[in-house]
Amino acid sequence: MSNFALLRRLTHGLLLLCLVLAAPAASAHKPSDSYLTLQWSEAGLDGQWDIALRDLDYALGLDDNQDGVITWGELRAHHADIAAYALARLAVSAGGRDCPLRVVEHLVDDHSDGAYAVLRLAAACGSTSDVLRVNYRLFFDLDPQHRGLLRLESGGQTRTAIFSNTLPVQQFIASETGGMRQFLDYTAHGVWHIWLGFDHLLFLLSLLLPAVLIRVDRAWVGAERFGDAFRDVVKVVTAFTLAHSITLSLAALDVVQLPSRWVESAIAASVILAALNNLFVVAGGSRWLFAFAFGLIHGFGFASVLADLGLPHDALLLALVAFNVGVEVGQLAVVAAFLPLAWLLRRQWIYRQGALAGGSLLVIALASVWLVERAFDLKLTL
Amino acid sequence: MNYLCLPWLVMAATLSLLPTGASALPYLPKSDDQILERLPLAPSDPVAREVRILRQELASQPGRLDLAVQLARRYTELGRVRGDPRFTGYAQAALANWWEQPEPPSEVLLVRATLRQRSHDFAAALADLDELIRRNPRDGQARLSRATILQVQGDYTAAASECAVLRRLASEVVWAACAYGLAGSNGQLRESYAALAALLARQPDARPEVKAWVLSMLAEMAARAGMNDAAEAHFRAALAIDREDHYLLTAYADWLLDQQRPAEVVRLLEAQQRTDALLLRHALALRALDSPLAGGEIEQLRARFAASRLRGDRAHLREEARFTLDLLGDHPQALALARENWSVQKEVPDLRLLLQASLAAGDAASLADVRRWLSRSRSEDVVIGRLLPKELP
Repeated sequence: MSNFALLRRLTHGLLLLCLVLAAPAASAHKPSDSYLTLQWSEAGLDGQWDIALRDLDYALGLDDNQDGVITWGELRAHHADIAAYALARLAVSAGGRDCPLRVVEHLVDDHSDGAYAVLRLAAACGSTSDVLRVNYRLFFDLDPQHRGLLRLESGGQTRTAIFSNTLPVQQFIASETGGMRQFLDYTAHGVWHIWLGFDHLLFLLSLLLPAVLIRVDRAWVGAERFGDAFRDVVKVVTAFTLAHSITLSLAALDVVQLPSRWVESAIAASVILAALNNLFVVAGGSRWLFAFAFGLIHGFGFASVLADLGLPHDALLLALVAFNVGVEVGQLAVVAAFLPLAWLLRRQWIYRQGALAGGSLLVIALASVWLVERAFDLKLTL
Repeated sequence: MNYLCLPWLVMAATLSLLPTGASALPYLPKSDDQILERLPLAPSDPVAREVRILRQELASQPGRLDLAVQLARRYTELGRVRGDPRFTGYAQAALANWWEQPEPPSEVLLVRATLRQRSHDFAAALADLDELIRRNPRDGQARLSRATILQVQGDYTAAASECAVLRRLASEVVWAACAYGLAGSNGQLRESYAALAALLARQPDARPEVKAWVLSMLAEMAARAGMNDAAEAHFRAALAIDREDHYLLTAYADWLLDQQRPAEVVRLLEAQQRTDALLLRHALALRALDSPLAGGEIEQLRARFAASRLRGDRAHLREEARFTLDLLGDHPQALALARENWSVQKEVPDLRLLLQASLAAGDAASLADVRRWLSRSRSEDVVIGRLLPKELP
């Protein structure tokens, strides 16, 4: 027995002693509530239903010897009646099919207003469909102020609902409210990751730096038309997006798996190569091909982040799409800030020498540190 | 010192109350003899027998309005005296056939208004009373209920005109209680008290429940005026008529707490802590006595307020605000609750709570609201007068 359980048992004993010695009045006054918890998963529907003994006594009469107290023996004698009475007033259906509940265990619990019968429930009704309909009618005829307080746990989320005599039937759609929330959560993770994932941004920026320039006689000069620069940016960004979306999906769906150390090192290397390409031009107008090729590697990097977040089994595709959308939104925000600035500064020395040459050198230095760290699993202090 | 103690008390309370806390784990009782629950009405209790027979008769003749109203009134009264909201629900159930009708029979309207008032649904209660008065302008009970709600809402002018009408419709003592009770909250506390006390003395034959009601008003008026001997005598006289009335017990306990007599509160409420309001007074008294049992009751109150929040119940704001202020010491939250309560009801205890919470939280805006209300209503209360910081000239 854990210390905690022991302590509980001891204090429980003390309480019983107090009850005998002080014989206080019965427990508190509160409006009538029942507490229903349902856990809905692929495996089926499980639940627990706490119903006040006082309410059950009012409905069914539990005090057989008429002495004003309900003992465990009296409650036990009525277990079958209670199960039949309660289950006749709670109907659950999944995807339009009835989901007959059964009571698998009878226990007791104490709430702030007294003792409750605890009914452990089960039904063979997996979450194959995404609509759960609950029809709750307990005690409304005897006490219209009764409320059924539901906690529904499914797909890693918890929802609560209150059943009343004016609202006895409620539907819960797994992919509606919860789905939207989940989608936004994963989108936010995607945005967050592109902001924090400095390596992805540096790779992209290194490829975008020359977009506002053109190569004339082995030297960079400012582009003449904004349209050309814009087209170049779109080509690079689209290629990068397409590539990392492909590998992100393949990895998240478990089609391809690569060791993360290898992936992270390759990402660092890709950043170095992208920056080197600005100094010793190999891929000029075809940088989009470069973006596509290395984008495939970056996709595997995103996938490991997504795996760390914990993917919901029942909404894998949703999470994947949402995360990708988030990454794109983050990327587009960076591009939207970069392009106008670069276009304005493109003919300045500061851009061609400072940003392009100096910046690329800096990126190469930084990414080299990453490469060494990741490839050899070291931590370099700079 | 209280703040240093609080975490320990809460921890001790949490441990000692685990089996009764809302988050306890379900268990399997050890023996058939184990007592799980004490019923509020033992089956052999005469009241229980009476309502049981009424229930059976109504079940066999569900269309009998007279039986339904009789049962509903019985439960309404039980709910009032015992402060137990489940009885309120049973009363509503007895009237189920008529409850949802927009214009039910007048007997039903009156019970419905009473129950709606009790759950602080004042607007709906007033609508029912208006309909009753429209049907019968001489309905004294409806006028009295309407005056009471209007006074709770702080609409003194409208309340006064209802009391004035009562003069021709109700017994003298009922009219006087309505009118002097109101005037006592509007700048004529001592005069109203003297007039009402003299009038009650001339009515030795008044019905006991009316007498108890007027005595409790006198007790509260005397307490607000600082006439402590008179207050205590009235409280005791009222309790001698009805020892169980939870409203009276609450008011008396409050007065005893103000008089720094917590030990008497503990004795008074020993067997009477079933409502949130009484448990709160009991816990406040235990706290004042530095009793280790206070922690357990604080935890129990916390669970109760959490449970009523869960069901969206806001009828206990006054109690919850005081609990949060005096027992949890969470001043910002207490002020938020006291303000929310003030938006619903505006009686002297509500004003005092708002004052205490705004002082604790150092909120000048709320304090200004209290001053504005005091100068408008001309309410008097010795405790408010003592607590209110003097304004610099």
